[in-house]
Order: sequence, then C-alpha cells, then structure tokens
Amino acid sequence: MNALAAALARLGKAALTLLAVVILSFVLIRLAPGDPALLLAGDSGAGDAAFVEEIRRDLGLDRGLDVQLISYLTSVARLDFGVSYREKRPVAEMVLERVPATLLLTASALVFAIVAGIGLGACAARRPGSLLDGAITVVSVTFFAMPMFWVGLMFIIVFAVQLGWLPSYGMVDATSGQQGRGSALVDVLRHMVLPVLTLGLYYMSVLARVSRTALLQVAGADFIRTAKAKGLSPRLIWRHHLFRNALAPIITVVALQAAQLVGGSVLVETVFAWPGIGRFAFEALMTRDYNVLLAVFILTSFGVIVVNLLADTAYHLIDPRIDQAAAT
Amino acid sequence: MIASLSGVAHAQHGGTLNLIVQPEPISLNPGVNRLGPATFVGYKIYDSLLGYAQKDVAPIPRLAQSWVISPDGLTYTFKLRPNVVWHDGKPFTSKDVAFSLGDFLPALHARSRELREEIARIETPDAATVRVVLKVPSPAFIRSLNVPIVPAHKYVGVTDFRNAPANSEFVGTGPFKLAEWKKGSFIRLVRNENYWDKGKPYLDAVVFQIIPDANSRAIAFETGKVDVLRAGDVENFDIKRLAALPGVSIREDGWEYLQPIGYVHLNNRTPQLANLKVRQAITHAIDRDFIINTIFSGFGKPINGPISRLSAYKDASVETRYPYDPQRAAKLLDEAGYPVGANGVRFELRLVPLPYGELWSRQAEYLREALGAVGIKVNLVSTDVAGWFKRLVSFDYDIAQNFVYTTPDPAIGISYAYKTVKGDNAGTTGGNVNGYSNAEVDALLDQGAHQQDPAKRKQIYAKVQQIISREVPLVWTHDIVFPTLYRSKVKNLITTALGTDDNFATVELGQ
Repeated sequence: MNALAAALARLGKAALTLLAVVILSFVLIRLAPGDPALLLAGDSGAGDAAFVEEIRRDLGLDRGLDVQLISYLTSVARLDFGVSYREKRPVAEMVLERVPATLLLTASALVFAIVAGIGLGACAARRPGSLLDGAITVVSVTFFAMPMFWVGLMFIIVFAVQLGWLPSYGMVDATSGQQGRGSALVDVLRHMVLPVLTLGLYYMSVLARVSRTALLQVAGADFIRTAKAKGLSPRLIWRHHLFRNALAPIITVVALQAAQLVGGSVLVETVFAWPGIGRFAFEALMTRDYNVLLAVFILTSFGVIVVNLLADTAYHLIDPRIDQAAAT
Repeated sequence: MIASLSGVAHAQHGGTLNLIVQPEPISLNPGVNRLGPATFVGYKIYDSLLGYAQKDVAPIPRLAQSWVISPDGLTYTFKLRPNVVWHDGKPFTSKDVAFSLGDFLPALHARSRELREEIARIETPDAATVRVVLKVPSPAFIRSLNVPIVPAHKYVGVTDFRNAPANSEFVGTGPFKLAEWKKGSFIRLVRNENYWDKGKPYLDAVVFQIIPDANSRAIAFETGKVDVLRAGDVENFDIKRLAALPGVSIREDGWEYLQPIGYVHLNNRTPQLANLKVRQAITHAIDRDFIINTIFSGFGKPINGPISRLSAYKDASVETRYPYDPQRAAKLLDEAGYPVGANGVRFELRLVPLPYGELWSRQAEYLREALGAVGIKVNLVSTDVAGWFKRLVSFDYDIAQNFVYTTPDPAIGISYAYKTVKGDNAGTTGGNVNGYSNAEVDALLDQGAHQQDPAKRKQIYAKVQQIISREVPLVWTHDIVFPTLYRSKVKNLITTALGTDDNFATVELGQ
C-alpha cells in the first residue's frame, strides 16, 4: 500500500511538472522576439498590414494570450497538438515522423554508453593505477573534453572521406527503399555507426569516470573488507556487494545524462543530417512555428520525466533502504 | 539549327542527379511557399506560363506557346500549349491559368496579390487561350509570369486556399513528379513520362538531399554523393578548394533573373542617419573591396547604386560614387555636426546582423571596426532570423545587413524598396525598411512602372539611379556572385535566367 501511494505521488508530481512545462513553454516562446505572422508574410514576398493581419487571424494569434493558452491546454488534453503554421499539417503527425529517428539514435547511443562506460569503469576500477586504468582514463577524458560536433567531423573525415567505409550523412540512402528489406536494414545500420558513436562516446566517457569512482569508493568500504575476511570469492563480492552498491550513483548519472542526450542529439543530427527531432525543433524555433515547438518540448519533457521515474523506481529496486528512508 | 538537332539526337538519357536542398522546403508547391528551397524543388514539378532566357531575360515559351501584347499595352493574349496533362492525368486548360493568376496565387502570396490588383479581368475564350486585361499599362507584367500554374480541378469547392489539403498533393505539369519525400532526409523526383516536351526530361530522377550542416554538405560533394553545390550550400571560403577538385566545374551565371545585391540598410528615421552627410560618410567609411575580396572570397562585384550589373536598366554613368575614404568620412561627420567626443566617439548606432551564417557575421564585425575607425561606435544586436526580420520591418534598428533579389524589372524589384512608406510602417512588411522618402523618386517610380516606350523607361530609371545613388538611403555593398559548383559530367545545368531554379528538363548526365 505504502509503495503504491509512493508511486502515485511520484506520478502526480510528474503530471504537475509536465503541466508546468507546457504553460511555461507556451508563455516563454511568445516572449521571444519575432512574430510568426510577419515571418510568413515575409516568406510570401512581404505585404501590407492587412495581409499580415489576415495571416495572424488564420493562425488564431489575434486572440488574447490567456484565450490562446486555455484553448491550447484543452486541445492538448485531447491529445490534439494543433497544426503547423508553416506546413499546415497536424503537428502530431509531423513530430511522429521524426521521433523514431531520434529514438533510434539516442537509445542506441545510451545503450552503447551504458555498456561500454560501465564496462570500462569496471576494468579501470579492478586495477587502479595500472596501465589499463591509465589508458581508460586518457580515452574517457579525451572524448569528454572534445566538442561533439568536432568528433563527428573527424569521424566523417576518417571513415567516410579517407577510408570510404561509412556514409557521412543521413539515415537511409535515397535508393535503399527499392532494394528490399534486408538491404534497407543494413543501410540504416551503416548510417547509424558514426552518429551513434559520436553521441555515445561522450556519455560513455562520463559513465566510465563515474563508475570507476563509485566502484573504488565502495571497494574501500568496511563491508567489502568483511566480505573478503569471510572468504567470499572475488567474483561473488564483485557481483553481489560491490557492483550493486555502486549502482545508485551510476543510475543517477544515467538519468541525468539521458536528459542531456536530447540536447546532444541536436548537434549530432545536424552534423550527420540525421532526420530526427532535434534538428526539426531547431528549425521550428527559427521560424517561430509555435505549435511544433510546444509539441517537441512536451514530448521531450515527457521523455525526461519518464526516464527519471524509471530511475526512481530503479533506486527502490536496488536499494530498499531508500523506501525506508522515505517512510521515516 | 543543325547543331541543335544533332544535340537532341545525342542527348544522354537516364541517370539520377543528386543535389542538396537546404533548409528543407516547407512545401514543394512554389505557389504555397516562395522561399528559395521551395522554388528550387518546386519548379521541377510545376510549370510556369513563361520561362526567361539568359540574354536580356527575354520571355520564352513554357505552358504558353506564344503571346501577343496589344498596342495599348493593356491586353496580353496567351496561346497555350496543346496536349499538356497534369501529373494526375487530367488535361491542362486555360481555366487552370485563370485560376492560378486570378484566385489561388493572390490568396497566398503578397506579390501575386499586388500583381492581381493591376489586372482588370482574366478571360478564357477557349481551352487554349488566356487573355489578361490590365487596368493600366505595366511593362513589368511580362516578366512577372515565372509563377507556378496549379491545377484548378484540385480546388473545386475550396474557399480557404491557404489551408487546402490539395496544397500538399504536388500535382503539376512539370518534367518531374514527386516520388518520395522522406522528411529530414531527401526528396526524390522521377521522370514525368507524359511531359509535353516529348523525349524530355533526360534524367530518370532528381534527388534533393537534406543536409543541414555546411561542412557535411562540402563533404557530401567531395565524396561524390552529390553532383551540384549551389549558392549557400557551402561557405564562400570553401568554394575555391572544391572547384579545384578533379572533374569539378564552376560557373557564375544563372542569376540574370534574381539579380542579388548585398545591402547595409540604414534606418533613415534614426536622427543621425536622416542626415545625408552621415549616410555619405558611412558609405565612404566602408571598404567595399575588402568586403568582396576578403569576406566574400572574391565572389562579388562593386556596386554604387540600386540596380544590379545584370539589369538592362543599369546605368553606372549617372551614379554618384563614394569610394573608400575614411578621412573624407570623418570630414563629412564633422560637417554634419557630429564632432569626435572626449572618448573618441561621435555617436553610437545599433547594428542588427543578418543571421545567415559565418560570412555575414564576419561582415558585421568588419562594419563595427570600419565605422568605429571614423568615430561611430557600433553595438551589435544579434538575434535570429525572426528577431532580425521583426526589427527591420518595425524600424527598430539603425544599421542592418541584408541581401535582396532585385529582379530584371525595376518595377518589380526596386520600386518597393525606395517608395515612400505611408504613415507608420510598424507592423507591416513593407519593403522600404530604410524609411527613405523622396517625392521626386516616388513620382519617377510611378512613371516608370507604366511607361511603355523602352527608351523613355530607361531614362526614367536612369534618373532614379542618379538621385538614389547620390542620397545613399542604404549602402550597396556588393553585386553578389553566387557560383554553382558541379561535376563536369552534368550537362545543361544552367540554360536560362532562372539558373538551377529552372525545371532541369534538358539536364543530362554524361560519362
């Protein structure tokens, strides 16, 4: 019962956060200088005030901000995210076209970062001060320090231009659709390698550093010494005591980094012409396509909230003491 | 004649031409959106009534096979091409032309609306004839017809053209049809088998790759993934390197219709800039050769007036020149009553840079330095495109960068930028963002728009150039050169005044 109440409370908080995000974004976007009606009129070769007013009316921007906000919130409650000012298409449809690409990119990068990052961190922590530890530190500091877009460009120069092994841009080849499913899948995989590595290596570095530190901290704790004194095998100590106890800070970092992945994906999507949501949101911002922007904000906030909920739940699973602490 | 016949006989058929479009177009119907990306892709799908030759931007037949202008300059009769069908198989008729020019385009496009206001009526005596009757003679009309003709049958019963579902179906009569638009990735057009010009187009397909980053675009060209780089696809400083690659050609033509010019807008409503001497001083203070040669890597020509070197109306002999001369600039500022203050500053101005990438940022930095050298402290007010645009149209700036397509007819592309804006301009998108006002110029621009005698018309616009170049309502920085890079195997890439915006019906891929 207690656990259910806690879960419900967490969900309630998440819903409130989402509502705050919607309202804040709605107001903040409109505070930014720039007027979509003016921009659209400019796109169509400029015009007089009447022409601009006509567009503004068409977009519903002639109403008061409060009226617009209430109308927007009621639409969103019905999962209607409105129509893009520019493309005149339902925003939900446009966003859904882009989500799979970003999900594929960020999820692959995250999985890569978690597996490689924790793996490297563990290797380094096993023999601190060894040559391997030093090498891992150098690699992780390097990828952490280098700007992501630069790493991406270097990968392109080496693997696409010099060696010619991998494509330098896009997610699919314009002709792959005509060559059957198998080759289309291989085509996407080939396109994925460089962007996933570019995005993933940065987060891998962060995780490698954090896991190494967390594991070393736990390794010095009293209960590990006790476990060793009891004569437990190193493998058992590692799996049941050391690793499990080091996981909490690692999960925190994974959850935090997952949120930042969206930001990183904007850069990577730009460098590799990856048809995802990051670049799409940037273009919507440039053109003040409010409905598109809001939908992207809501979606990404939703994603971040979900990841944090999952992290919360994971804490409780790996460490029951957190539940007890919350109850007292 | 023989040469052209043999040329047709040996035309190379087949192949896919890979290009870049950036940013991704909002629509592929140039009637719905007339920004560069939409017109670049869209005019392969949609035909216009007329095309324009590179020489003198003379009108050439497209959907209109021939045309007659009445001696009073009021009635334009177009004979349409027979046996043209839309991509959906329906026949193309005069009704489509009347619908496009009379209803559809004016509803969506401000310039088309202005054009529509000059038209008294559009008649369709038969399926192959369109007669346009103007209210007053307007010699620019014949050069305003590179607009897309859209299918009237797709809009039966539609009143809200701006939000019509048919807008995103992309049914045209052009040489290519839309096969696939993978948002964020590419747009693939394929050959229209029923194109009216039998045997054309030569290419099987045209693919527009969407690559947002300029470095990545350069690499895509280097690695042979794309065959053509157009203006703005890569930064100017990369062009010479790419042009030197084996099997790559470069050409600078194809801008005879658009005629782009670089502007440094001066807000004539800012007290200091209302003073002619200050505007003259600013022009003297800017080294425009430096802008052309160093900032734009040599891709530009000097210019001293409102009209491009590519225009038949250009008359450099009447223009006043303000060569780079900082000392003269300082003297003019002294005379204008702005002596150097204790801190070395005469006065401060806000500069709103054009947020279109690296080169314009460099130019903004240069302007700050150059004007600072004569005692005008320039504060950069950086913003994105939306903010820049809003500031420009509401006179919320002192100096701003821009580049503008001035078009082959001054009545289309010059007039609006210098004609007095009535009352308060705030909140409109009126083109005279300089706030320049001269009653004599207004009168001349009106006369020019309606004068039918070509020689007299030239005289009128010469007078306009004389006055405007002397009064420098803005600084014309450079007559822009936009080079096109392409693999030498691509033939006939540019054949008309519209350059790569044209329909690619005759483009071939050689060996």
